[in-house]
Amino acid sequence: MSAGDILPLSEAVARYVHDGDQIALEGFTHLIPFAAAHEIIRQQRRELTLIRMTPDLIYDQMIGMGTARKLVFSWGGNPGVGSLHRFRDAVEHGWPGPLEIREHSHAAMANAYEAGAAGMPCAFFRGYRGTDLPRVNPDIRFVRCPFTGEELTSVPALRPDVTIVHAQKADRQGNVLVEGIAGVQKEAVLAARRAIVTVEEIVDNLGGKGTHAVILPAWTITAVCLAPGGARPSYAHGYYARDNAFYIAWDEIARDRATFIAWMQAHVLEGGQ
Amino acid sequence: MSYTASEMMTVAAARALGNEDICFVGIGLPSAACNLARLTHAPSVKLIYESGTIETRPAVLPLSIGDGELCETALTTVSVPEIFRYWLQGGRISVGFLGGAQVDRFGNLNSTVIGEYARPKVRLPGSGGATEIATGCGQIFIIMRQTPRSFVPRLDFMTTLGHGPSGRERRELGIPTRGPTVLVTDLCIMRPEAESNELVVAGMHPGVTREQVRTSTGWEIRFAGTVEETPPPAPGELAVLRDLHARTAAAQGVADNSSSI
Repeated sequence: MSAGDILPLSEAVARYVHDGDQIALEGFTHLIPFAAAHEIIRQQRRELTLIRMTPDLIYDQMIGMGTARKLVFSWGGNPGVGSLHRFRDAVEHGWPGPLEIREHSHAAMANAYEAGAAGMPCAFFRGYRGTDLPRVNPDIRFVRCPFTGEELTSVPALRPDVTIVHAQKADRQGNVLVEGIAGVQKEAVLAARRAIVTVEEIVDNLGGKGTHAVILPAWTITAVCLAPGGARPSYAHGYYARDNAFYIAWDEIARDRATFIAWMQAHVLEGGQ
Repeated sequence: MSYTASEMMTVAAARALGNEDICFVGIGLPSAACNLARLTHAPSVKLIYESGTIETRPAVLPLSIGDGELCETALTTVSVPEIFRYWLQGGRISVGFLGGAQVDRFGNLNSTVIGEYARPKVRLPGSGGATEIATGCGQIFIIMRQTPRSFVPRLDFMTTLGHGPSGRERRELGIPTRGPTVLVTDLCIMRPEAESNELVVAGMHPGVTREQVRTSTGWEIRFAGTVEETPPPAPGELAVLRDLHARTAAAQGVADNSSSI
């Protein structure tokens, strides 16, 4: 594989996302890579370990369509709306199959991605003190600071086989520009063995960079794919707004198994992006 | 001017914030209270959301923690690892605003599961930022609707440390921050008692009776020696709050989401 290859999304997923992979599709509310998730669903990947701070609608869809064996996460709700019904159905009733969960806090996930990007085996931080989470997640451990003796929390680094993110622009060499809320995308890309970036547009020159610009050089990315609107119903700063009405509508669509399947059939399996 | 119990709760929570505070804001009730404070008595309060937006001044309430509105109106936006490491863990935040599905008498919170963890009756969203917000911020304000189902004698799961299962664990663990200092509900205001850290009723909203507070609490609630009556929402506070909700509903093209957490 060469750096920053510009490929059709279907080809990038076919080449770089394999059954059983640990994959992270990141984007903190903003720039959630829905088009890529839909392609993974259409290509019927199975037994995936899905990693993501906020599973959101994107993993609700992937879990409900049977792509996942395990979920690593820190907040599994529909933001401002309520439950993720497919996630809940999997955890509460094992539908469409059992879902192993590895549950963290946001601070732990953010630290774990950063440790992955930094080539460290684990992250150290102050976390989880006095809570029940270490009791249910064996990946949360405690160590002593060798200098002060303070007890610190440690979690293993996240090193996804594949990270997929969505961004505003790439140039023809495959360099990528992210603007607005940048979440953990940079860390998730640099922590991964392979990285796929879907973009709103491919341009000759990335042009003037805004105040919060994050640049991912082409040589940190495996494939760049053109996917206009690829973050909908999430948003792309400078291109389109978050479809809050759809996030609210999803509550009804996903509540019932048959309604969910019918929606996915019509809008993802047949409709495509 | 008539008002709802929900409006009273939001106004009472907003009043707890000061002009000098630097506040880590959650979505839903906390976000409404914090922005009401900013638009009324605390114009200099600094609002920070976990999506990395610092000193944000949204004109409408965000539906999600990372709406574009938060970034566009922020002084600066940083990455999620940075907001948790430098700003929260680094000790820069004076107040964290939290809620949950269950709270106990020591201000501990559950937002993870109802029932057993391995076989939950209801799987809730989980920690998000709450677990470290609770120990990283100078103090914690809790805002929750008060029902016997959510104000419980024993949490099903401890997602977020308040003062600990016996009220003493925060000190025993050597956590230097204060933890929950106030719990605002749609009926009353509770504060931790000096020695025990048990939440006791320190104020009641106008028209609320002690009996109502008792039947809405799953443990045997106690009342402070002096229980003050919360001043009702001022016309100015109500006007700003309603305007904020109306702008939010218009912008989202949906019904008012002020009731979601």
